[in-house]
Amino acid sequence: MDKRLIYVDNAATTKISKPVLDAMMPYLTDGFGNASSIYSIGMNSARAILKARETVAKALGAKTSEIYFTSGGSEADNWAIKCAADAGAGRGKKHIVTTVFEHHAVLHTCEYLEKHGFEVTYVPVDEMGLVHPEDIEKAIRDDTCLVTVMFANNEIGTIQPIPEIGEICRRKKVLFHTDAVQAVGNVEIDVAAMNIDLLSLSGHKIHAPKGVGAMYMRTGVNLPNLIHGGAQERSKRAGTENVAGIVALAKAIEEAVKDIPAKQAKLSKMRDRLINELTKIPESRLNGDPKKRLCGNVNISFRGIEGESLLLSLDLEGICASSGSACTSGSLDPSHVLLAIGLPHSTAHGSLRITLSEDNTDEDIDAICEAVPRVVEKLRAMSPLWERILRDEDIDAE
Amino acid sequence: MIYSEKVMDHFANPRNVGEIPDADGVGEVGNAKCGDIMKMYIKVNDGIITDVKFKTFGCGAAVATSSMATELIKGKPIEEAMKLTNKAVIEALDGLPTVKLHCSVLAEQAMKAALADYYTRQGIDPKMILGDLSTPESCEI
Repeated sequence: MDKRLIYVDNAATTKISKPVLDAMMPYLTDGFGNASSIYSIGMNSARAILKARETVAKALGAKTSEIYFTSGGSEADNWAIKCAADAGAGRGKKHIVTTVFEHHAVLHTCEYLEKHGFEVTYVPVDEMGLVHPEDIEKAIRDDTCLVTVMFANNEIGTIQPIPEIGEICRRKKVLFHTDAVQAVGNVEIDVAAMNIDLLSLSGHKIHAPKGVGAMYMRTGVNLPNLIHGGAQERSKRAGTENVAGIVALAKAIEEAVKDIPAKQAKLSKMRDRLINELTKIPESRLNGDPKKRLCGNVNISFRGIEGESLLLSLDLEGICASSGSACTSGSLDPSHVLLAIGLPHSTAHGSLRITLSEDNTDEDIDAICEAVPRVVEKLRAMSPLWERILRDEDIDAE
Repeated sequence: MIYSEKVMDHFANPRNVGEIPDADGVGEVGNAKCGDIMKMYIKVNDGIITDVKFKTFGCGAAVATSSMATELIKGKPIEEAMKLTNKAVIEALDGLPTVKLHCSVLAEQAMKAALADYYTRQGIDPKMILGDLSTPESCEI
């Protein structure tokens, strides 16, 4: 049996690319200077950060002064939401609009704010996993201080109508934040044209290391700090800069946005082949819109089996994927995203998420198309739930 | 989360998977909503559990605990099987992650449900022997 590793969980994290590793290595070795120091190796670090900031800004259509480096996507989300809320509260605005299927970095931050006197409207999504801009518009009130909607969903890959939502927010004079962690490098982003005020991104989803990210904050927004301390990041985000990480992030984003249409063409071809083949399995369904989705995202549910068993079985075949089952989330409920698009619990438990990168090959797709039907059949053969499905029983009746 | 090698072994090569068409007792616990269902079949001869099979819908730990539970009672006198606890299943698997402990409870309950069915078929009220076997309504155990 072919035992080479087939890594198709790129929405979870990615492998550091060779150009990224080469770019960051000098700052992990001799170029270790603190960017706040006055001697040459310190100044060298400061120069590297400045250059990195220019690169990240260019990739997003932003100004250099609008980019702030963070420890990752979650910090950027926390910063944008908590501090926009803080600023809003000062003007008597204590209402936030978001959606039901955001990443937990957004949802749990909103839930935290609810415990501290804020009101949050969780706008639903349709069964394809898309937010309707008119629903966002209806949810905005006079006391709304922030709208936060993810650019692309991390589980089902659906790409949201961000320019339309941006236009609404600008017209209504409400701050607009988007968690673009999954979108960067997969979708063309222009923060100015899309009327985005705040945007979060993460390095390790685009072949940079874990522990670095960035926030775009439009000129004039001027949120309060989340992390107080030294004067780093123009006094907006304290803490000695992760120079190697920042340089890596810049290199990664430069590579990621170099030719997005080519990447989309390559990955969507592999994606669609997987979707075609795997939905031939009886009692399977594609989750999320077939077209308005990230070029590398496949999310399919198989009735009668449980996701963690599916992942462990695929791991035995050398395939690394992900699921929205409760067992893999560390909670007792299956994915809030799959429940939000209307899947019954039993079906949500049996989901498989495959997320591709440019490192994947047609041979990887062949191997997955061969392994998944076999593994699903094996698990169904030992599933008492599958017996009931075959008898046409209503398994979701409680 | 980390699974022990024994858990992975029982997941990858589950023992006693299947059904017993002429079983003397069948028990099923869990539900689809919670994401795990275990079904156990036993064959009893002269007070000895001569054969046992299971089918499980659930995570890796659910499969491994079912498999281990069947191993622990196969060939044993019924009185001994009745004393099987989830702790014994956990120990035999070299431990389980905290979030998976409920799987071992489910395995114990599935086995006891099969025994209860056996006693019922014998015309004996299982409550007299096994006590109350009601399973929790919520997914949390």
